[in-house]
Amino acid sequence: MANLSISDVTLTFGGLHALSSVQMEIHQGMITSVIGPNGAGKTSLLNCISGFYHPTKGEIHYGDHRLTKASPHQVSSFGIARAFQNLELFRGLSVLDNLMLARHQNLRYSLINACLFFGRASRVEAENREHVEAIIDFMELEPYRKQVVGNLSYGIQKRVEVARALTMEPDLLLLDEPMAGMNIEEKEDMVRFIMDIKNEWDISVVLVEHDLGVVMDISDQLYVLDFGEVIGSGGPAEVAANPKVIEAYIGEE
Amino acid sequence: MQTDDREHLLKFTIPQLLRWRVETSGEKTALREKDFGRWISYSWNQYYDFTRKTALGLYQLGFAEEDKIAIISDNIPEVLYVAIGAQALGGISAGIYQTSLPDEIGQILDYLDVSVVFCNDQEQVDKVVEVRDKIPKVKKVIYEDARGMRDYQSDDWFLYIEDLYKMGAEVHQRSPDLFESIVNDGHPDDTCHLCLTSGTTGLPKGAMLTHRNYINMGLQLTEVDTLAPTDEYLSFLPFAWIGEQMNSFGVAMATGISINFPESVETAMSDLKEIGPHFMFGAPRIYETIRSQIWLKIDESYRFNKFCYNYFMKIGERAATYRMTGQKMPVGLRFKAWLGKQIMFRPLINQIGFLRLRRAYTGGAALGPELFTFYQALGVNLKQIYGQTEIVGIAYMHRDGDVRPDTVGKPLPKTKCRISDEGEILSQSDSVTQGYYKLPDKTEELLEGGWLHSGDAGYIDENGHLVVIDRVSDVMHNKKGEMFSPMFLENRLKFSPYIKEAVIFGDKQDFVAALINVDPIVVGKWAEDQGISFSTFMDLSAKPEVADLIFKEVAKINQNAEKEHFKIHRFAILYKLLDVDDGELTKTGKIRRKFVREKYHDLYEALYDETVSEKQVEAFYQYQDGQTSTVQTKIRFYTMEET
Repeated sequence: MANLSISDVTLTFGGLHALSSVQMEIHQGMITSVIGPNGAGKTSLLNCISGFYHPTKGEIHYGDHRLTKASPHQVSSFGIARAFQNLELFRGLSVLDNLMLARHQNLRYSLINACLFFGRASRVEAENREHVEAIIDFMELEPYRKQVVGNLSYGIQKRVEVARALTMEPDLLLLDEPMAGMNIEEKEDMVRFIMDIKNEWDISVVLVEHDLGVVMDISDQLYVLDFGEVIGSGGPAEVAANPKVIEAYIGEE
Repeated sequence: MQTDDREHLLKFTIPQLLRWRVETSGEKTALREKDFGRWISYSWNQYYDFTRKTALGLYQLGFAEEDKIAIISDNIPEVLYVAIGAQALGGISAGIYQTSLPDEIGQILDYLDVSVVFCNDQEQVDKVVEVRDKIPKVKKVIYEDARGMRDYQSDDWFLYIEDLYKMGAEVHQRSPDLFESIVNDGHPDDTCHLCLTSGTTGLPKGAMLTHRNYINMGLQLTEVDTLAPTDEYLSFLPFAWIGEQMNSFGVAMATGISINFPESVETAMSDLKEIGPHFMFGAPRIYETIRSQIWLKIDESYRFNKFCYNYFMKIGERAATYRMTGQKMPVGLRFKAWLGKQIMFRPLINQIGFLRLRRAYTGGAALGPELFTFYQALGVNLKQIYGQTEIVGIAYMHRDGDVRPDTVGKPLPKTKCRISDEGEILSQSDSVTQGYYKLPDKTEELLEGGWLHSGDAGYIDENGHLVVIDRVSDVMHNKKGEMFSPMFLENRLKFSPYIKEAVIFGDKQDFVAALINVDPIVVGKWAEDQGISFSTFMDLSAKPEVADLIFKEVAKINQNAEKEHFKIHRFAILYKLLDVDDGELTKTGKIRRKFVREKYHDLYEALYDETVSEKQVEAFYQYQDGQTSTVQTKIRFYTMEET
């Protein structure tokens, strides 16, 4: 429960500037969207926040925690979870198993306990199952609970991906293009889920998304990236009127 | 013997009978609901507690005798708490289909003078909100699932069910005897529920059903097919349909069985497997779907399995004919049938959840005779029932060992049947409705001379079984004046696994013609196996190979036609599936023939113009989000050769 501040972050690969001096303040309890054309550095930014990359320059802070040099598992222990653009699920496991596995941080029992599935092990499993079931209910995944993820449609897999991130009980959820490749109906469902995640569960959301219509409708705050630089920010109306943004999206007249 | 024990139940109202169940078996499980992946049980005691809280909460809201409460909800225990709670106050419940559109909901709420609406979630609440200014009589909207309702919390038009419970509990604390005395005031001949009839034309009519109507139906049905209180039932039919109410109000109250509520509409079939009910009721479509699934699975299975299935299926079908007619089987056949049951069919039906099923009923529309044989061969005792909403769903049914697929069986005990001079089926029993709400003219027509007029044409055959031909108004005559029943011919076509839906024409014409919908799953699989590539349903329907396949099916059906003028002379394959949302089918899946004929008027014309073999048509689509599009497609017409 804190603000995420990104100050002066630069990320270079050799001579290529993926991000240059990015400055962002992501407020608690809001849906903050990061938009921009392909290759603008949106996913790189998420990678920096979640600890997959470390910025070449600059600092990232989440409340009192310094994320600049943190590893992905440390970041997740600070209450930041991420749903990936290219689904990172175990395709051979069921939806339920995928979600239970995502709670491995909370599964604390010994190997012997686990082998015998007795006492602590079964109790802890039951507690975690309860938690996972709440998320299955929330994301309306009941019909797919026991189905193997690889057999599900892409739209449903995306929902499982978001559910997987939610099982980690985050305070801040990073969603990387959760609506890419979906049809209208699936998109509408996902929008509703995102709004409910914020409103009912009080989780802040950082949304990286291509679909401008969706973004304008649900975001409280926007940042526009182009060639690794922030070229505009503010509320939806403000951003939509920004000439720089229009230029980046539509091109010069 | 059971009769003497149970006849006294008829003097109760439904809430009184609920109390009686509490007194006799309060700790027994009455309801079970799957939530968060677990089955949660509620005893009769808890059932009664919730009902009391709901009733007293409504009482506090000013809900009084004769007031109406509408229920727009998936099947959840709260539906029963709310309905029976309202009934306890002398109020009247009414179910509205969850698939109804806002305008339709508005009209129904207005027609039924509803003052309180119960919705299970935001989806339904939103529909009511959309027509809010048209329904001034509605004083409160109660919702069960608070998700997404945050914006409504400040408006006191809405009420969360937990708050209603709280209000009810407070009232009970203040005056603990109030509820009992209210329940005592009920009379079994009071109207307790308005059941909407699925009119094939116009707005539905509300049939006024009394406590006694429901309880009598439950008693008489289980007089023939007994149920033990330990039996299980899965509630997956829409509550607004009489088929669900007759079980949850009638059968469950009369016998004390447990009702199980699936986790969601989508999971009903897998929940069926988990519960393994002892009896079930469904429209033919459900049984057709399950059979298609079995066929597909067997088809995909390995060779040994297929061989066993085919071998034992033949044995099973032979055994089924004996079983259905109640004859004794030869020893050899009996042994083989037993073997098939043990090694093939018991494991197979266990996969569906039918293993414990003692009886499966089908009603609402006719079912192909082969389907009966199929299920009976599997060892599933599938039987036909017949009745109307106006007589609480079931008035006629097959008896065990006397299943004749072409009939609907015999009347239930204490149900009288007569065929009018015009050939219409008339019935009389304690379950007959008091009439339609606010429609005295229609009521008079319905109950003329003290008999319930079904509107169906039929006759009683030499075994005393009732045979239903078709709606009196639907029976058609060709140009020569020869009579035929379109529904009968449609069912013939629909029995082909490749044909999903068919509409028969031919009234005052030279011959019978049909519009056909291919089954997307079965034909899709067939096309895949044949190496035919296709994209959409429209594309699949237009494939010449598919037309060939359907041509052969129609030829086969024509060969077996009883009369020359039953033969289908021309047909076309329709590019879209007939759908409820497009107004082509009723909510219960019956064809709105007149509407279809008007909508596809140029196709109809072309069917009766033998010179036309191809026609360019514009298909108009309306998607669920309201967007529309038109697609150009070519549709071909096929003429059957004379045989």
